[in-house]
Amino acid sequence: MELVKPSIGLIFWMIISFSIILFLLKKFAWKPILGMIKEREESIESALAAAENAKLEMKALQANNERILVQARAERDQLLKDARDIREQMIAEAKGLATKEGERLLKSARENIQNEKMAAITELKNQVASLSIDIAEKILKSELSSDEKQKSLVNTFLKDINLN
Amino acid sequence: MANKINTFKHFLLILTMLISSFASFASEPTDNEPNANSTVSNEKVEDKVHEEGGFNAGKMILEHVADNHSWHLFGHISISLPVIVKTDKGIEVFSSSHFGHEGEEQYKGANYTYALHEGNVVVIDSQLGGIDEVATSSLSDFSITKNVAAMLFSMLLMLWIFLSVAKSANKNRGKAPKGLQSWIEPLIVFVRDDVAKPSIGKNYERFMPFLLTVFFFIWINNLLGLIPIFPGGSNLTGSISVAMVLAAFTLLITFFVANKHYWRHVFAMPGVPIPVLIILTPIEILGLFLRPFVLMIRLFANITAGHIISLAFFSLIFIFGEMNVGLGLGVSVLSLVFTIFMGALELLVAFLQAYVFALLSAIYFGAAVDEGHDVNHHHDHETVSAH
Repeated sequence: MELVKPSIGLIFWMIISFSIILFLLKKFAWKPILGMIKEREESIESALAAAENAKLEMKALQANNERILVQARAERDQLLKDARDIREQMIAEAKGLATKEGERLLKSARENIQNEKMAAITELKNQVASLSIDIAEKILKSELSSDEKQKSLVNTFLKDINLN
Repeated sequence: MANKINTFKHFLLILTMLISSFASFASEPTDNEPNANSTVSNEKVEDKVHEEGGFNAGKMILEHVADNHSWHLFGHISISLPVIVKTDKGIEVFSSSHFGHEGEEQYKGANYTYALHEGNVVVIDSQLGGIDEVATSSLSDFSITKNVAAMLFSMLLMLWIFLSVAKSANKNRGKAPKGLQSWIEPLIVFVRDDVAKPSIGKNYERFMPFLLTVFFFIWINNLLGLIPIFPGGSNLTGSISVAMVLAAFTLLITFFVANKHYWRHVFAMPGVPIPVLIILTPIEILGLFLRPFVLMIRLFANITAGHIISLAFFSLIFIFGEMNVGLGLGVSVLSLVFTIFMGALELLVAFLQAYVFALLSAIYFGAAVDEGHDVNHHHDHETVSAH
């Protein structure tokens, strides 16, 4: 049968040309192509790994950020609280100072008033004394204006004086 | 994942076997016809009958499927190819145009007078005028036939495709593939990841050049064979010689790389009693050669059968056309539909056969270089020989 009878010519040419093309393709096509594919696969793999790493790093960074943010918030709260405390303290201090100052002023005013009052009283006393002296002088003058009166007075005194 | 690949592989194998068995059934009736007219005298009578207005489908189909000394283009135009014959008196080279369009003329060379008989170059006895059987039996035909020319063309095509892919791969190093490269690369990766890696294991790299070359050679030639016009149309992968050389390469590489472990399994299967070995070892040795033989037959039968079926559908048009022109036209619609269907199937078979050939070669290489003793692999090995 023609169809299943191998032909020597075709086998001969096939062996030669298949060997040649196997060699040529191996050297000039399969090696560079497979090498390139491998290289690219490796680079893709490393790129993916790098991306995964970056993702992890990003996550870590994000966690860090979160932590810093929380810290910052806490710090802010602390600062605000401190400020409030300081304000209150300052207000309290100021209040205390003001009260003290007021008290001091009141006290000194009171002292002043007292002093003035005492001075006024003293002066009044002096004036009353001088007035009294004046009045007494005037009364004496008027009492002793005449001789009779002087005699009567001496009499009275004399009367009072018991010759005991 | 690996399980999935295996299921896919088994599915492909079963599909291939189904198709091949279907194809061989279908080709039987056409195969019988040339048997009927194999003798010279018979054929001459038949020829006369057909020249007078008959259409011989079997002859037409065989002519298209078989090799030829000239490449028919269309009508009466064909490309003459060099005829190279080696006889006991030396080598002679001449153009096949000397045989005439139909191969009916004789050519008087330096040593002998040559003619074509059933497509083969024969020596004509100058005195008697008939075939000189003694000289013909010593004649070896190394002609650049249609198949050889198609093979050279396909190899140039492969060189062009893969060298340009290699060039662009070099240029696009580290970048995404472009153009032809992006079309070929997935196939290369497919051969590597789905054929070589799972069947051979970690040492797959040394077999990649052969597997890739075989895969693309078979596939590209299968596809070229489906193209009905020049430069396609030759039944190269459906030629038993080509399939034989490819299978022989697989066999030789298997022998060349096979390790101690493999040979021990062939000649003295470990753990098998000696009386059984007496039966088993010849079977194993036979198996060594049977595997590539089956590879050859599978490729040859599948591709040839596909061509024969397509041609048979077309022959129907002419057979019915001879009875009645209207009938022929009617059948042509049906034939066309069937041929389109067959063409689609053949496209699948073209890929499938290339895949199966590469896969089975890879499995044989894998068995040859396997170092381990694991039971699983042994089981695999048995399944392969069952195919």
